[in-house]
Amino acid sequence: MSKVLISFTLNGKKIEDAVSPDQPLLDYVREKGCKSVKRGCETSNCGLCTVLMDGKPVLSCTMLAVRADGHDIITLEGKQQEAEEIGSYLAKEGAEQCGFCSPGLIMNIIAMKDELTNPSEDEIREYLSGNLCRCTGYVSQLRAIKAYLASKEDCQ
Amino acid sequence: MFTIDNYVKAETLEQAYSLNQKKTATILGGCGWLKMGNRSIKTAIDLSGLGLDKIEETDTEFRLGCMVTLRQIETNEAINSYFGDAIKESLRHIVGVQFRNCVTIGGSIWGRFGFSDPLTLMLALGAEVQLYHAGKVKLSDFVNMPHDRDILTHVILPKNNQKTHYITHRATATDFPVIACCVSKLPEDFRDNGFRVAIGARPQRASLVLDTNGILNEGITEESANKFADYVADTLNFSSNMRGSADFRRHLTRVLVRRALLALNQEV
Amino acid sequence: MNKYVGTGVVKSDAKALTTGKPVYTDDLAPADCLIVKVLRSPHAHALITNINTNIAMKVPGIVCVLTHEDVPQCRFTMAGQTYPEPSPYDRLILDRRVRFVGDAVAIVAGETEQAVDKALKLIKVEYKVLEPILDMRKAKDNKILVHPEESWKSLCPVGADNMRNLCASGSDSHGDVEGTFAKCDVVIERTYRTKQNQQAMMETFRTYTQLDTYGRLNVISSTQVPFHVRRILSHALDIPKTQIRVIKPRLGGGFGAKQTVVTEVYPAIVTLKTGRPAKIVYSRYESMIASSPRHSMELTVRMGATNDGIIKVIDLYTLSNTGAFGEHGPTTVGLSAHKPIPMYGKQEAFRFTWDVVYTNTLSAGAYRGYGATQGIFAVESTVNELAEMLNIDPVKMREINLVKQGQVMPAYYGETATSCALDRCVERVKNMIDWDKKVKPITLPNGKIRAVGIAMAMQGSGISNVDVGSVTIRMGDDGDYNMLIGCTDMGTGCDTILAQMAADCLDCDMKNIAVYASDTDVSPYDSGSYASATTYVTGMACVKACEELRDKILLTGAEMLKVNVDDVYFDGQKVYVVAEPEKFVTRKQVGYKGQCFSNRELAATVSHSSPTSPPPFMAGAAEIELDPETGKVELIDYCAAVDCGTPINPNLARVQTEGGIVQGIGMALYEDIIYDDKGVNYSNSFMQYKIPSRLDINKVRVEFESSYEPSGPFGAKSIGEVVINTPSPAIASAVATACGVRIRELPITAEKIVMGLKINKKS
Repeated sequence: MSKVLISFTLNGKKIEDAVSPDQPLLDYVREKGCKSVKRGCETSNCGLCTVLMDGKPVLSCTMLAVRADGHDIITLEGKQQEAEEIGSYLAKEGAEQCGFCSPGLIMNIIAMKDELTNPSEDEIREYLSGNLCRCTGYVSQLRAIKAYLASKEDCQ
Repeated sequence: MFTIDNYVKAETLEQAYSLNQKKTATILGGCGWLKMGNRSIKTAIDLSGLGLDKIEETDTEFRLGCMVTLRQIETNEAINSYFGDAIKESLRHIVGVQFRNCVTIGGSIWGRFGFSDPLTLMLALGAEVQLYHAGKVKLSDFVNMPHDRDILTHVILPKNNQKTHYITHRATATDFPVIACCVSKLPEDFRDNGFRVAIGARPQRASLVLDTNGILNEGITEESANKFADYVADTLNFSSNMRGSADFRRHLTRVLVRRALLALNQEV
Repeated sequence: MNKYVGTGVVKSDAKALTTGKPVYTDDLAPADCLIVKVLRSPHAHALITNINTNIAMKVPGIVCVLTHEDVPQCRFTMAGQTYPEPSPYDRLILDRRVRFVGDAVAIVAGETEQAVDKALKLIKVEYKVLEPILDMRKAKDNKILVHPEESWKSLCPVGADNMRNLCASGSDSHGDVEGTFAKCDVVIERTYRTKQNQQAMMETFRTYTQLDTYGRLNVISSTQVPFHVRRILSHALDIPKTQIRVIKPRLGGGFGAKQTVVTEVYPAIVTLKTGRPAKIVYSRYESMIASSPRHSMELTVRMGATNDGIIKVIDLYTLSNTGAFGEHGPTTVGLSAHKPIPMYGKQEAFRFTWDVVYTNTLSAGAYRGYGATQGIFAVESTVNELAEMLNIDPVKMREINLVKQGQVMPAYYGETATSCALDRCVERVKNMIDWDKKVKPITLPNGKIRAVGIAMAMQGSGISNVDVGSVTIRMGDDGDYNMLIGCTDMGTGCDTILAQMAADCLDCDMKNIAVYASDTDVSPYDSGSYASATTYVTGMACVKACEELRDKILLTGAEMLKVNVDDVYFDGQKVYVVAEPEKFVTRKQVGYKGQCFSNRELAATVSHSSPTSPPPFMAGAAEIELDPETGKVELIDYCAAVDCGTPINPNLARVQTEGGIVQGIGMALYEDIIYDDKGVNYSNSFMQYKIPSRLDINKVRVEFESSYEPSGPFGAKSIGEVVINTPSPAIASAVATACGVRIRELPITAEKIVMGLKINKKS
């Protein structure tokens, strides 16, 4: 197998590296220390591995590391301030529970906030439907997300 | 998960095509389906450097490059305003936003998956595909062609003033459909009255049914919709899998075709 | 009054979790761990006649390949239960006989995942394929035996007999059953079926192991039961328990799945054989085909009542499928009767008979609800059918029959309902969902039908006379506290909840208490977090430990003040002389005193075990919208009122309830493990086994109707499991009300509804 040279930014840091062409971005960023990125399935269903590619949420289990070439990749390690803020809203509801799905969920909340203006409850549920959670039953998360978005509205 | 020996980011389609002539080569789409298998790929061909990730609109058609993601289509204003809610309805159930940001229309259509929502939608819309070697082919023909070594470069949605309605039955909101149904009204031509119904997830590949008997010639009424729904349900083959029996699928087809037709009538 | 108990304190690990810190098992595993994977059987039942590992061993990077010839030959159970386990000792780490599709055949360890994957393909196995038993109804006394081996053994008298494919069997009754039936105006008999379900926690099973400085086996595992893991590994590996240390990091969910020792043996034996650190991380596929799902059951309920709806007698027969191995088989079945039947307080008699059988399917285990879920579906559904038969409102049926506080419950080991607000729960839910207005179904203009359904549930709080919770609390240098516990926070928040209790017991701030859990070398013994035990059992240990420590603080303070201990008081900040409050020593001074010329350790370790298991109660009501043409059921609203005694942390209790209800909704409507006729499990991924997504859930509303449990800490009972039990019967009832179709086999799919409607139309 021949490795492929890629050049991209990971959480703002320029990286040049030789990667295996069949390595998922998920495994690559974990090797680079981004342990927030989790794997919950092999069938692209769970959303735990969500990262931002040029600001758009993608599944790092499905995206090959070679395809990060020339792009801007951000994991939760690169969004600590937002994570803490959104996390505090989740925690106030107890909605983080086991926490294993939290990083992927928070990444997608960040993406949603950038993409949708003033989303309705249904739009929130739809945008985040690819983020599975087995602990909470989702309703506490919805309360938390609405409170977070409302606080952002107030700031504007 | 698959393995890749060599990765080639193609510089031209010709290069991609010639590399792809070997059976051990594979064109990479969004890898959503590919990753479920365990294939050993000698040469993986990436088309993402060829500018095929654009949606182009002309007076007569929308041209979707094969690397366009499902999410790009879902959020494209021009497509949505031309074809209406059917586009979003056919895409929004597919796993989640992150998944739809990864997977490509080229991969979805090339795969001709039985469960495919986009295939069902685009069959009813009268789409065509642009193949690098074989040229333009009607999707209704392409759907029954064997997987060969050609490359699908574009999906073409003709602007035919289609009125379209898309409806599915699913066990859960983001599951594959148990049955997918898309009805579309195209302009009449010399052969038929322009009504098209595509039924997907039978669970075999989506199939197109035309109103060759002219059941809907006098327009859509409760009665003609029922009659045509029966016709579609009785014409197609259905099978059973873990999501539902053939009988249930036939039953759903009857219900969904009728509902889609009546909804189409509301929209017209 | 309480500063923390009863308030929605944020979990103490929340920030680490939500900012994605590396706190889970696989995040912590050393980079040089050998990768361990398991070769799995393609056959449901076969004997391995030959395994050739030579070629696999030659793959560069492969360090060891183990087969049934390389493992200890003492049978054990993977069930995380107190010794002697009721689950039979029917396993080897690797066995010559494989008993389900996915059963372990060989263990491969190597430097990289690629090498291991390659080696797995190169192991040549020859099988003598045997006929499997896949249907639990045919298992008992079948000529095919799942466990014919002589070394099989059952440690407890649970009616097990491997030569009859019986993992357990028995009968239990109270009163004159047939005599009571004879007096009844009506007798209804119905059979219900539930399927295997996956816990589907987001973090799959995973473990890593290494040898420490002393050459002891260190096991870092995502488990609910560290102490049981230690004992089970010692049995499986045939090494002394002192040679094993088990540590539990953060868990990405458990729901009972991790009460079975699913992965620990594999890296453990690799580390013992090679001396190298080793890890196994189950794929979701493995977590679906080789895990520990809910037991599928067939339950036949016979119920006798008077014409005015008084339920006089219940007779239940449960057939439970334990699958290829007996983990939790003998115990889950009991709850199918002991939880639903006692809720009906006017019974004169009951009978419960059961068989738990082996089959060549996935070995079942512990899943939230633990048999109660299946039993409650059957009994609550029967009550709803009886209500329809007698033309009595299902809510009224409950109101006139339900168990009241102070009543003795013969079907619940004769325990007394020392705290019970079930009546208030029913009343509350009735109001929440606006029952009286909605009790008659309404057809909407679009043809869809709205209807409501109700069910009640109870569970336990720990296993009476068995579970042990322990807490060590000690005062440190500056008067702050360390609390060591052996229970396992799996997202439930018990680390936080116990700190809330301790802070209130010691009148200090929560920030003064550092909690650590759990590590078998460090934590005091705890049976682990299961059976809804932690808040109730370990919580009481916490209260007692704090009391004992307070006494020591008082003694030390009194000595420092040179007064009698009866003359001082500890207010959390200082020990002072009651008569002369200006004479005091601070907590900090007491703390330092404990470290200087002291013969009294300022620490207390207390165990707690309870002779009773006070049930939490709840009522749940579902409002559905049913499309009679497609059979599609949409859940519009789910209301629940819960009596968990005092909710120690209402936020966490609410999320437990919401989460449990949504798991219950998944079970009710679509979660299903489907096998083909060769025993291959089709439901092997999140693509094929669908759990609820955010779009599948509308409103879920939870309120508390608290009672006060005198034997619990601060009046608390449990909450973790009871909450999963009401959706199946409530939704089934709503469906029946909407369209006249009674679905008696879960899940309640659209297809079953449509086919039921077609049959009803014909007749």
